Amino acid sequence: MKTILFIEDESALQKTIGGALGEDAEVISALDGEIGVRLAKKRLPDLVLLDLVLPKKDGFQVLRELKEDPATASIPVIVLTNLEDMKDVQRALDLGATTYLVKSNYQLEDVLAKVREIVEL
Amino acid sequence: MNKGSFSLDPFSQCRGYGIPLWQCPQFLFLIMGCIIIASSVLSFVLGRQYIVDPHVVVSLVLALTAILLVIAFVITHSFEKLAQSNRLKSEFISIVSHQLRSPISNLQWTLDYMMSGRAGSIKGEQTEYFRILKDNSARMQQLVNDLLVVSRIQQGTFALRDQDIQFSDLVDSLVAEFLPFARASNVELVVEEQDPSIFVFQDPTHVRGIVSNLIDNAIRYSKKQEEKTGKSRVVIRYCMQDSFLRVEVEDSGVGIPKQDQKYIFEKFFRSDNALKHQTRGSGLGLYIAKSIAEKMGGSIGFRSAQNKGSIFWFLLPNARKKV
Repeated sequence: MKTILFIEDESALQKTIGGALGEDAEVISALDGEIGVRLAKKRLPDLVLLDLVLPKKDGFQVLRELKEDPATASIPVIVLTNLEDMKDVQRALDLGATTYLVKSNYQLEDVLAKVREIVEL
Repeated sequence: MNKGSFSLDPFSQCRGYGIPLWQCPQFLFLIMGCIIIASSVLSFVLGRQYIVDPHVVVSLVLALTAILLVIAFVITHSFEKLAQSNRLKSEFISIVSHQLRSPISNLQWTLDYMMSGRAGSIKGEQTEYFRILKDNSARMQQLVNDLLVVSRIQQGTFALRDQDIQFSDLVDSLVAEFLPFARASNVELVVEEQDPSIFVFQDPTHVRGIVSNLIDNAIRYSKKQEEKTGKSRVVIRYCMQDSFLRVEVEDSGVGIPKQDQKYIFEKFFRSDNALKHQTRGSGLGLYIAKSIAEKMGGSIGFRSAQNKGSIFWFLLPNARKKV
């Protein structure tokens, strides 16, 4: 079974995404950036779903650390956020995000489809 | 709704700004005009009376100039205050909208999840109630997104990501999206002629937003007309016009009264006619469509006759035919 790490400080969203993907993959949750980086290095998931506005370590910092570490550098990262300024999008893509999804522009099914496409669930 | 910025009654405008009269630019401008006229007349009178003693005249003119300078300074300061309050308002909208977006997307996705049946089966009337929740949260999301776009347009931070768009694809997907709404409204949604060779290099999300807004309005305001005459059509047509893409959306709906036509692209404006037929709507859609079309280097306009219908059109540059 594939493993997906969801780094998101909204526990409601953790529950929804966890429930929606739970049948096809093991979803592990991190409620802040620090735990997120630690879990990514320990569990080496098949995909990271990453919010950008996070406590302790923001999503950009998490992304940078994951891409700098050879062990986690190849893990695809989907940025899932409500920040949609061009400079944020560009910054995340420059840091190595696989794709950038603005939450309020997508239905849940679109996000799930993107996840399934990337990790081949 | 404020229909335009010019008014012969500066006092009502000053009240609208919510600042004291002595800080209101219109009022101060009026006072300054009166002082300039009075000082000219006074200079003339004194100049004639003290023609042999120019010191008196010069002192008076200097004193009046000093008063005028003080008033000019206060006016400038008032404009600064107004500009600052406008900026604060935009920032406020931006912050609130950002804060509202997360809970609304959480709500939407949780509803999606529950409606999918994966969290347990939904029975009977529950489906209908979930649909009502979903529709209303979608409206909330649309309004918050619109407010954010307006705030970005006003702050000058609105950015575009241009890509090559096959316009027929975009139209196909919009027709598929609007078909259920059109059917429910008894409106026939027609694309006059698809041309897969037309491409335009613009931001796909925002081009889609403009066309979507025009189709949505066309269907929405066709409703009542349809009830009366028994048929209604919304026609989408597009073509190349030099190096521009020209798109038209025609409806046989309620039309826009002549007196309201000049305000139709103003933000928050809703025509009385439209309000009679459809109370939903923020009055932001056409303002956003115009701002975006112009930001893309294009233009937007319409022809409309009350109770006959409207044709809304827009032109976008960077279009070409690919063979």
